[in-house]
Amino acid sequence: MSEKTYLQALNEALKLEMERDENVFILGEDVGQFGGCFGVTQGLFDQFGESRVMDTPITESTIVGAAAGAAAAGLRPVAELMFVDFIGVAMDQLFNQAAKMRFMFGGKATVPMTLRMPQGAGIGAAAQHSQSLESWFMNIPGLKVVIPSTPYDAKGLLISAIRDENPVVFLEHKLLYGVSGEVPDESYTIEIGKGEVKREGTDVTIVATSQMVYAALEAAERLKADGIDAEVVDPRCLQPLDKDIILDSVKKTHALVVAHEAVQFAGPGAEIAAMVAEEALDYLDAPVRRVGAPFCPVPFSPPLEQFYIPNADNIVEAVKSLR
Amino acid sequence: MALSKKTLIHMYETMNKIRLFEQKLQEFFAAGEIPGFVHLYLGEEAVATGACSVLTDADTITSTHRGHGHLLAKGGDLKLMMAEIFGRSTGYCKGKGGSMHIADFDLGILGANGIVGGGGPLAVGAALATKYKKAKDVTVCFFGDGASNQGTTQEALNAASAWKLPLVFVNENNGYGISCPQCKSMAVVDIADRAAAYDMPGVVVDGNDVLAVYEAVTEAVKRARKGEGPSLIECKTYRWRGHFEGDACTYRCVEELEEWMAKDPIPRFEAKLLESKTLTQAEVDKIKASIAKDVDEAVAFAKESPMPSTSALMDDVYA
Ligand SMILES: Cc1ncc(C[n+]2csc(CCOP(=O)(O)OP(=O)(O)O)c2C)c(N)n1
Repeated sequence: MSEKTYLQALNEALKLEMERDENVFILGEDVGQFGGCFGVTQGLFDQFGESRVMDTPITESTIVGAAAGAAAAGLRPVAELMFVDFIGVAMDQLFNQAAKMRFMFGGKATVPMTLRMPQGAGIGAAAQHSQSLESWFMNIPGLKVVIPSTPYDAKGLLISAIRDENPVVFLEHKLLYGVSGEVPDESYTIEIGKGEVKREGTDVTIVATSQMVYAALEAAERLKADGIDAEVVDPRCLQPLDKDIILDSVKKTHALVVAHEAVQFAGPGAEIAAMVAEEALDYLDAPVRRVGAPFCPVPFSPPLEQFYIPNADNIVEAVKSLR
Repeated sequence: MALSKKTLIHMYETMNKIRLFEQKLQEFFAAGEIPGFVHLYLGEEAVATGACSVLTDADTITSTHRGHGHLLAKGGDLKLMMAEIFGRSTGYCKGKGGSMHIADFDLGILGANGIVGGGGPLAVGAALATKYKKAKDVTVCFFGDGASNQGTTQEALNAASAWKLPLVFVNENNGYGISCPQCKSMAVVDIADRAAAYDMPGVVVDGNDVLAVYEAVTEAVKRARKGEGPSLIECKTYRWRGHFEGDACTYRCVEELEEWMAKDPIPRFEAKLLESKTLTQAEVDKIKASIAKDVDEAVAFAKESPMPSTSALMDDVYA
């Protein structure tokens, strides 16, 4: 066990899986010698060579489609898009091809591919390089959606994603790459679809994903000063969603706030709130509150961008509004 | 081609404007005063300048993530551009767009674009609008060698040709898509060869020779205005800086960079203008000094301008 960044944890997961299974290979733009847009594939080209760490032309459609095709033909591709925003170019290959192949073909195809994509705002990258699009992927049957917040989770979940027999959309947050935490050196897996309580509490449940887990933890610390003991639950995956961990927590705390960086309207919080309303309404002492981004594209100018991104203040406010 | 003195001087001024503007950006980015990404056009000034010098304000262009040169060559305002890149409310897009998303519809600038290959289909639409309205305007679509591999670009080439649209595809082949050299991303040597697949003229020009670019684009624009359809012009050039500011650029060798810097488009053009007595050394110096002053004023304007107010966040999501 040692202290590693989220980025190092991902890099290690890739390395360990490539060592373990020669069918695992990486493809994407500038993933080779360059080491990937944010550095996640650094060093892998030197270790595994060009045939297993493939630089592609700038053709997202082909990157995603080739991963799906190669997966259906027996390999285990890990594709990288530099920014989640570029999925727009490749949408058909992901939504209509990769996600549906198995079902449409009556179970004849198996598509064990992983698609890694960094998302999120915070680096002044403006509207076409800063979105959080998890709700798009959650809405497509056939895809699994993983969205880890900690280095430990990132490594275990990426290994699981690579071993999974389905297309897995693996959403990283660019602001998390530098975050560090304890990560074992050896290989380990985390079950896809199992969440984790990141902080125990008794008064309110805050379900948070990705970057917002840290905002929620900060909010919980501040709420403590006001005598409110918040529990922070990170589902870690949005499809499948760990309903039990959320319901169990709500049954204990009787209040729910959901926080994510995706646009609040029709965001993941809408599904979680509806699920809790359907399955645990009687346990709720107050309406569910959601914290998400405003309904507008991500602005460029730093003060606007900072204002746009949901933060601990917004979560504290939402929790206090429940009283 | 006999060009008027006015056009020649305008081209010389434009190239210098792009150069000095970008050198300032380089400086301020390094000083941490510019947020986000900055992709510099240094070394490629002859392409935008040669191509846009053929166009009127009514003609349109689509640009790329490396758009400052295209925008300035099309007449973009130094101050409004600088303020936008500094994230100020007085900028072209009220600080909401930044370097990769500047537009000026009055000047026919349909926007820089953060999506590689995003411009092709938009250019098809603009050219379609021209044809629809039976106007005589043309659209120029700027795109990189990397972007040429994107499906959207190939689709745009095909549609423009099938519909005989007044569109000129200007490919800026600087040899790389971030770290990926052309030889690793495509099997052809000349992107212009791909024009054959769409039955349109495909021409290769020296992208560091502003007059060669001007001539090729003039021919293509003539053809487009006559209703004869699109052309593809490949301009061979080189970017001096890393892909973005901050890129250590270890994937290229210094010799290659030096070789291309020796082909700097500005001194090359300047020497021609001096030789033909279009300009004197004194006039050259005066032009450069005057542009330097304008660029400094643009920086001052940007820095004095306020950041946008958070109350403006939700403006312009819908019309
Ligand atoms: C759809 C999409 N894919 C990838 C990127 C990331 N990206 C930005 S610029 C670039 C390279 C573009 O190369 P080229 O078209 O040759 O233009 P150049 O940068 O050389 O001017 C890449 C891969 C992007 N912005 N959009």
